[in-house]
Amino acid sequence: MPGPDKETDLTERIEAFLFDLNRGGSGAGPLRGSAETARETTALLRRITAQARWSSAGDLMEIIRNEGRRMTAAQPSETTVGNMIRRVLKIIREEYARSRGSSEEADQQESLHKLLTSGGVSDENFRQPFAALKPNVIEAINELLTELEGTTDNIAMQALEHIHSNEVIMTIGRSRTVEAFLKDAARKRKFHVIVAECAPFCQGHEMATSLSKAGIETTVITDAAIFAVMSRVNKVIIGTQTVLANGGLRAVNGTHTLALAAKHHSTPLIVCAPMFKLSPQVRRLSFLSDFYRYCEILSKVNVHCPVFDYVPPELITLFISNIGGHAPSYIYRLMSELYHPEDHEL
Amino acid sequence: TDVIIESSVGYFTEGPERKDDIVKAKQEGKELTKEEKQRLRKEKKQQKKSKEKKDDKPSRDSEKEKKPASAASPAPQTPTQPPAQKAPSAAPAPVPVPASETPSAADKPAKSKAELKAERRARQEAERASKGKKGDVGPQAAPGKPKAPPSELQPVVKRLPEHVQVDNPEVLKKLAKKLERQQTPEYNAATKIPLRSDYGYKVSLFSHLHQYSRKAPLTQQLGIPSTVIHPAIVRLGLQYSQGIVAGSNARSVALLHAFKQVIRDYTTPPNEELSRDLVNRLKPYISFLNQCRPLSASMGNAIKYIKKEISNIPSQCKEEEAKRKLLNCIDCYINEKIVLAAKAIAKYSIEKISDGDVILVYGCSSLVNHILCEAFEKNRKFRVIVVDSRPRLEGREALRRLVQKGINCTYVLISAVSYILPEVSKVFLGAHALLANGYVMSRVGTSQIALVAKAFNVPVLVCCETYKFCERVQTDSFVSNELDDPDDLIVTRTGTTQLEHWQEVPSLGLLNLVYDVTPPDFVDLVITDLGMIPCTSVPVVLRVKNVDQ
Repeated sequence: MPGPDKETDLTERIEAFLFDLNRGGSGAGPLRGSAETARETTALLRRITAQARWSSAGDLMEIIRNEGRRMTAAQPSETTVGNMIRRVLKIIREEYARSRGSSEEADQQESLHKLLTSGGVSDENFRQPFAALKPNVIEAINELLTELEGTTDNIAMQALEHIHSNEVIMTIGRSRTVEAFLKDAARKRKFHVIVAECAPFCQGHEMATSLSKAGIETTVITDAAIFAVMSRVNKVIIGTQTVLANGGLRAVNGTHTLALAAKHHSTPLIVCAPMFKLSPQVRRLSFLSDFYRYCEILSKVNVHCPVFDYVPPELITLFISNIGGHAPSYIYRLMSELYHPEDHEL
Repeated sequence: TDVIIESSVGYFTEGPERKDDIVKAKQEGKELTKEEKQRLRKEKKQQKKSKEKKDDKPSRDSEKEKKPASAASPAPQTPTQPPAQKAPSAAPAPVPVPASETPSAADKPAKSKAELKAERRARQEAERASKGKKGDVGPQAAPGKPKAPPSELQPVVKRLPEHVQVDNPEVLKKLAKKLERQQTPEYNAATKIPLRSDYGYKVSLFSHLHQYSRKAPLTQQLGIPSTVIHPAIVRLGLQYSQGIVAGSNARSVALLHAFKQVIRDYTTPPNEELSRDLVNRLKPYISFLNQCRPLSASMGNAIKYIKKEISNIPSQCKEEEAKRKLLNCIDCYINEKIVLAAKAIAKYSIEKISDGDVILVYGCSSLVNHILCEAFEKNRKFRVIVVDSRPRLEGREALRRLVQKGINCTYVLISAVSYILPEVSKVFLGAHALLANGYVMSRVGTSQIALVAKAFNVPVLVCCETYKFCERVQTDSFVSNELDDPDDLIVTRTGTTQLEHWQEVPSLGLLNLVYDVTPPDFVDLVITDLGMIPCTSVPVVLRVKNVDQ
């Protein structure tokens, strides 16, 4: 029977994915890039849509929410998983609404008029079965996948608008987005890049070797020299792990110091972040203490090794994403277009 | 006397008008002779220019001290003027050389130097001629250093030190010649102080500084036995260049002890005076140490002091007695300026530490460690967060010392500073030098910590002894700094060494800075042995110190 086999195959894949996430979180396995995670999550969700048993949109959303909760629990700091799940949930809602025939606009926005006239919680329960829902949803997820595949290129294409010749650009750690961004600009312009190595993992070294092999003048500095060197820097371009709902960042350790130094010298801070990194979470204090790696505990000493930093939105000048450039104050709006408010808590 | 002292006070209270009056009064007295002599001098100078041998800073310092000793002072000044006032007069005056522009500045000083040098020489000749003295300048040629009048109001040009003009090939040639020259005449020319060569690709912003490799110490180029340089100095130089002796207090104390050994082993050659010959003997040692590792501000001040003491030894003093006196002076200096100063600073700082404090320290400052240990002994309850940075990782040493005492410690790297700062109540920083414009020169990363502390509204206290106060001014970390061995940045993580072959990649550079400057608005208080002062009072302290001397 095709049914149970498909199901076991599906559960196997989900388990394998969760295992991978877990390993990445504990530091035992290789850290995968967020783009890869996003793609894999979306592919997995597509598979769930195709192979799981569901009859109405509500069922599908329930299944995805459950799986989603398990996935986010496996590695809480990898927010792209949660983001993709919310995107897919929003897709399902949209497709359901379209199938039902109601106009999209009225459902997407809660206008003041609607709030006053409806007078209560929306009675959508997504229980109506539609035959065309499944292929529509799968097609929409495919579109999402294509979008994901093109994000780095889309961002890199905007590089020449932001980098002029003979600039000195500073970056920290290793970001594949920023690497592609700078390499694209280097094809036409000559500029210098200073890379802060970002101890203790020193991912900046990898970034520097990769950039210098592409012919860009690169200098590696230690984290301690960030402020000392900042006065000669024209722009700071960084990547990030997550973009938060208020326009702030959760980025690699040392980014907050970099942002403060840039603010002091009035140097613009540009963040290259694809849209799938946008997360509806806001900063919680627990963010900062949940991720430790490589701690050596001497018997009498406490050692702290946080992996991420919170950067408030006031220190950021510009976000460059695959849909163009935005100010940090616009991020909340983008978020409302990507995710439905009810999905913020999975 | 009264006029002069009044005018010196007027410098601080009345501003520019007084200054002009005094300058005019001085100039008129020797105007005619100066002009004539200036013309003659200019001609002669242009002839001699290519063969001219110029001295470096140590000889210039010795000149400064010798000039007051020989009392060749121009007309309006009275002989009772304390000689040491001439030393700081060079400093507070504006330095015309635009020190904040990096490589382009290398060319400008060469031009303005030439003209000003001519003027200065003219003035010096005029004074010497009028007094009829042959200046006690010894074997060195007429120096190009500024003639320092007792009233500190004449604009004076300081020569740029060699170690920030690496991109100027003329300066390098002069240095090489000077090193060749610096040996006593009886030794053959083959035993000279070697010139250390730069290593690796230098980042273009820092092409005016030296960058040496630790794997190629200077001693490899010295013959055995080294007849020019005392073995204690060779050992010291090696300790400096390998980083075995590090930290400004440690380096100064080691230097003074090595000099004590030199003085003990010294014998005055016949027909020479101890006061002059010993200073000349010290010059090649100082050049050698400078080549091993650029001198720190504290070492510079210590050397100035020693040279002054040596040249103040009266000529009728017997050798044994003179040596004893000098050794005593050095011991006093170490005791006063370092040991007792540390005690005084600890006393003031303990008032600032209250129970329940969380104190953040950076790297390994001997003074800050001393303060924390004293405070712990006085039963203050606090805990310490030690911040460390690559590649030196000096914080581990500080951590070791504090944990040995029993202090509750936490350890983080500098990138985690903004994570840990919300818990911190005070930041204690050590300093390598305090500059005359209020900037704090310290280990690289200090300014960063001060910046983040300011953003979180945490008070920053800098602890510094007064002997580290320096008359230089600096506004950024580029113009005068030290570049350490770039290979230190290479590290192996998860089995791969990314930067192992960085030399083969043409567009890759590694930058290992040693110092940076912290602007005074990030620093809330400076604790010195004279008391607790704001950062901007550094020139006042310098002035007070020099008036006392």
